[in-house]
Amino acid sequence: MSTTVLSVRDLRVRIRRRDIVRGVSLDVAREQTLGVVGESGSGKSMTVLAATGLLDAPGAVVGGSSALGGVGDSPPTQLVGASARTLRRVHGGRIGFVFQDPGTSLNPLLTLERQITESLQAHRNMTRRQARVRALELLEAVRLPEPESRLAGYPHQLSGGQRQRVMIAIALACDPELLIADEPTTSLDVTTQAQIIALVRDLQRDFGTAVVWISHDLGVIGQVADAVTVLHDGEAVEQAPISEVFEKPRHPYTRQLLEARPQIGGDGPPAVADDAPVLLRVAGLTSAERRVEDVSFQIRRASTLALVGESGSGKSSVAETLTGLLEPDAGTATLGDADVFGVRGAGEKALRRRISLVLQDPFTSLDPRMRIGTAVGEPLVVHRLAAGRRGRRERVAGLLEMVGLPADLASAYPHELSGGQRQRVSIARALAVEPDLMILDESTASLDVSVQERVLDLLLGLQRDLGLTYLFIAHDLAVVRRMSHDVVVMRDGEVVEYRPAGELFAAPEQEYTRALLAAVPPELPRCPT
Amino acid sequence: MTKVSAALLAVIGIVAITADWLAPYGVNDIDVAGALQPPSGSHLLGTDELGRDIATRVLVATQASLQIAVAAVAFAFVVGVTAGVVAGYLGGWTDAVLMRVVDVMFAFPVLLLALAIVAVLAPGTTTTILAIGIVYTPIFARVARASTLSVRVEPYVQVSRTLGTGRIHILGRHILPNIAGPVIVQTSLSLAFAILSEAALSFLGLGIQPPEPSWGRMLFDAQGFMHRAWWMSVFPGAAIFVTVLAFNLFGDGLRDVLDPKQRTVTAARKNQ
Repeated sequence: MSTTVLSVRDLRVRIRRRDIVRGVSLDVAREQTLGVVGESGSGKSMTVLAATGLLDAPGAVVGGSSALGGVGDSPPTQLVGASARTLRRVHGGRIGFVFQDPGTSLNPLLTLERQITESLQAHRNMTRRQARVRALELLEAVRLPEPESRLAGYPHQLSGGQRQRVMIAIALACDPELLIADEPTTSLDVTTQAQIIALVRDLQRDFGTAVVWISHDLGVIGQVADAVTVLHDGEAVEQAPISEVFEKPRHPYTRQLLEARPQIGGDGPPAVADDAPVLLRVAGLTSAERRVEDVSFQIRRASTLALVGESGSGKSSVAETLTGLLEPDAGTATLGDADVFGVRGAGEKALRRRISLVLQDPFTSLDPRMRIGTAVGEPLVVHRLAAGRRGRRERVAGLLEMVGLPADLASAYPHELSGGQRQRVSIARALAVEPDLMILDESTASLDVSVQERVLDLLLGLQRDLGLTYLFIAHDLAVVRRMSHDVVVMRDGEVVEYRPAGELFAAPEQEYTRALLAAVPPELPRCPT
Repeated sequence: MTKVSAALLAVIGIVAITADWLAPYGVNDIDVAGALQPPSGSHLLGTDELGRDIATRVLVATQASLQIAVAAVAFAFVVGVTAGVVAGYLGGWTDAVLMRVVDVMFAFPVLLLALAIVAVLAPGTTTTILAIGIVYTPIFARVARASTLSVRVEPYVQVSRTLGTGRIHILGRHILPNIAGPVIVQTSLSLAFAILSEAALSFLGLGIQPPEPSWGRMLFDAQGFMHRAWWMSVFPGAAIFVTVLAFNLFGDGLRDVLDPKQRTVTAARKNQ
């Protein structure tokens, strides 16, 4: 019989008279993984942080109860409203935490040894020697290569995936009963994500830890969780074993989440004519600084070419050279009959009008001090595309409407908008110059699935109606499948495979492409063991 | 707090403009028989060693002190922010040259540099403004450059560049508004310090020249009478204190008001 490690009852969080979490109850047992799913703002992190006493928001009022452990004869520890001293004993000792961004979760100034042994010395009263031995064991357990030499190293010497392994080692250092993983693989590449998921599953089996895994990605949850709690607007709308949630979701919101997931086995965009003229030709593009080597491809008018690869593959560098942000060392690019590289003056200005860019992060790609209308109208001013203030205002209203936003949003500031709305604004701004080519650099990667779904629809609709040509840079292969006619797979700055999307997804030729495809979480959850 | 400090600054400004009219006596009305009188009905803040009315002199001195502080900081602001933004945005040689100049200016102690400038030019109001202005320029340059460096790599600036936007437009529309926060705080701090610097220069006899009153000059005159006539130093000192405080509070508030994000938060809090 399994024993309950964490039992949360009617948890409520209120911040400045707003209910963020409204009465959530959940249980996690030993050796079990509970997936907590929801979109941004659903309160998933708040719920778990409040339940573990780690919530540190000014003015937050937490109600309800959250009991940890009670293994054997000892009574469970109440975490809601617990004293700072109790919480200090619990955090790191009985509950381990792994957060999303491995780049900032580790202290850049301390060696890995110091960071791993910190909690051992605090909670287990180990000597430095003992702690060091344990740290070595842990690094071996999380399969970090050459653990011995890594101990004296610093976080910047590790890759993102390796840092996340170290974070897991730190979280597991004191044999916690409970491991909280808050979007632990979200900022990692798919292949790394697959490795981390496998690692956590193995460790859980070996150590018997209970895991609460927070994620926005149902695919990931399907791979790790035994049971799922779906949060929406601070409420648990569905709580069921994983297979049930996937097979017969009861709540409409769960169904919506499942349907919004782009699927790798799905259909691509409508085909383009084979004789469509080539709009952009890139040949032999090389940048020594970014280690991009001899990249060549071409995009037909009104089609989408996807650039796919993991972080550091050089796909964004290609976008930067095409938009003039980075000077390439060699290679040519022609847009229609105009050269893209090395143009200056009036020629450059005219060229910039023909290629526009939409970036990943809707929160940083808009000037926080500029109203939406001004931001969208900026290219109109720069290229003198609208007559007068009045003409500009009308054009901005038209552009906002085109991306499905109300015209009165023009007077709002970016922070008043949601992520999805902001990304629509970025798209409207990119459309303002009536570009021939639009470069979408991970433009939907940081959006919630349902929002992403709508933005992808918008992009497909714009392509159909305006005959737009896209260079679509992405790491999410399911999204790529849905959007693109041709795919370029990049690795370490080189093109690995370049083929029509249909062929590539049906029968990948290269080993690396196959590995990428295999690492994508399958549509159905793993069979419960 | 912002409103209180703004109101206070408004009062100080009005006093500066209407001082001649408000003052009960003439600035330089000497009355040796009534010298060193403590505060009383006829002389609210007492009189100095020449029998001049302290209240009158504190009021009239507001003019000179404010004028010098505002003009000097305006000078430092314009020159410093321009240099800092240009250096930060262009980088390379421009940055290296401008910032080495700033480094050299920073290497001198503030007052020493001001003293040197006043010594080269003749003492007087314009010289004092120039001296304080030059001394405060490098701080503005550094603050503006540092902020520019972080703003210029923001994605929204990059996107604007890819749309073919010119440098001047980017500097004016994206960089300047987004570095406003730290620069404004620096401005309010500098205004406060400029008043102190003017007081210090005048105290050393190099700022405002007698018989014209300034708060610093009055402190200078008071030092010989510290034990016999406390009112000679306390009231000009209090004037400096209140003005400096008002500038500091106002700067803090202004930064919040100019930030659209803060504005919404403040509005939301009020609506609750």
